[in-house]
Amino acid sequence: MDTSGLNFILQAAFWVTVALTIAGASIAVFPRNILYNVLGLALALTGIAGFYLYLGSLFVAMMQLLIYVGAICIAIVFAIMLSRPLHIEVPPRPARKVWMGILASVVFFIGAVGVALKTKWQVAAGHVYEASKWSVQSIGDALLTRYELVFEVISLVLLVAIIGAVITAGFSRRLSS
Amino acid sequence: MSEGFWGSEWFRLILGLVIVLAFSQLNALFLVWLERKVSGHIQLRPGPMEVGPHGLLQTIADGVKLIGKELILPLQADKKLFFLAPVLVFTPVLVGFLVLPFGPGLVIHDMNVGVLLVFAFSTITVLAILTGGWASNNKYALLGAVRSVAQNVAYEIPLLLAVMSVVLMVHSLSFSQIVESQKTVWFIFIQPLAALIYLIAATAETNRAPFDIPEAESELVAGFHTEYSGMGFGLFFLAEYTNMFIVCAVATSLFLGGWNGLFGISLGIPGVCWFLLKTYFLIFVIMWVRWTFPRVRFDQLMNFSWKVMIPLSLANLVITAIVVKII
Repeated sequence: MDTSGLNFILQAAFWVTVALTIAGASIAVFPRNILYNVLGLALALTGIAGFYLYLGSLFVAMMQLLIYVGAICIAIVFAIMLSRPLHIEVPPRPARKVWMGILASVVFFIGAVGVALKTKWQVAAGHVYEASKWSVQSIGDALLTRYELVFEVISLVLLVAIIGAVITAGFSRRLSS
Repeated sequence: MSEGFWGSEWFRLILGLVIVLAFSQLNALFLVWLERKVSGHIQLRPGPMEVGPHGLLQTIADGVKLIGKELILPLQADKKLFFLAPVLVFTPVLVGFLVLPFGPGLVIHDMNVGVLLVFAFSTITVLAILTGGWASNNKYALLGAVRSVAQNVAYEIPLLLAVMSVVLMVHSLSFSQIVESQKTVWFIFIQPLAALIYLIAATAETNRAPFDIPEAESELVAGFHTEYSGMGFGLFFLAEYTNMFIVCAVATSLFLGGWNGLFGISLGIPGVCWFLLKTYFLIFVIMWVRWTFPRVRFDQLMNFSWKVMIPLSLANLVITAIVVKII
């Protein structure tokens, strides 16, 4: 079967995904309407799920969709419900916050680009979709053997978040009553 | 697979999508009619009778009327998001059909993470409802959307936990393998608690009574789709009924043995018929529940999920894991 047509479709799909992700990310940052921001974030995260699909792991893509779009974005919606009413005029962004945000993202950007440049990339042999290296089983194995420490540190972070949430909620309730 | 386009996976996908589009419309037409008939008979009246035999063509007439109606855009609404929401609400529904196993080998695209796919995309429905409710710029719509978000977060957790206990037993996320392993005994007999939790949570996920607080008509007019008219409303309606079919089909595959007959006895009935029979029976049960039970209050709804369903489903999952390891 002629594969050049298929390759063209794959290439086109890749660049469409890139465009969607970048568009979503800019919608998440620039508009002053907080609901647009959340929907933009959801779009960007869906685009990232598309990249995982392109890299050959349907499982990771589905988890990305389930956790980041389904859980994180909805959690952010919860935060919006508890914030100021949407029809009230938003105050201008304080310069200090903007600068700190730019600083944090520049540090992260330099780190990410540095890692990307330092890595010796290898062209995957054969078709991308046949990469069964990232099946559910091998990811589970890797998480509990090679990446055990990372896994445990992440659970520690979640534990800290839960305790923080409980304490914050408990304190504010005691203060108001 | 090698005879060019007609035998390729692409052709299979396109054909599948066309069939799904046609089927979801027909199914929704039938379900709306069934819903009105069931509610009618439960309330001791015949339901629609005029158009066609036993009112069978009533929904087609209603559908044509809906298509002919004007799409009204509220003055203060957010135009882009207002029209995006009904489209967005229908996408996850179509994706769900991709992996449903209607019969042995009769699945559009059998994936090894099929179960995840259905639930990953079902979360987009909540975002669509939120978008629609917020973009309408209407108090009732916004309240309905906010309620829908809270309800879906609360009920998604027990739903997934109940599904996970089945996945743990089969060691697979593929629908075909899950159905295959129920050849002799359906999982509802091994996992009755998970099945019950799934059915309750699925009713809540599809915003059906007694969990229909996002669109509670006696409090919120019509909830998140108050401002939608014509096919804008029609798409929400269609998505709700198609969603109902999907959750019932998933329940059939996970707990009622999919295309398998009871205890391995198929009685010569083809697998597709078994599958559809069980799915429509579950849909009938959900309708029956809707017209029998009153709507729950919001705090009851939240308490029931967080304090009863989640602990029960967690315990069920832990016990399943232990038993699976020991045996």
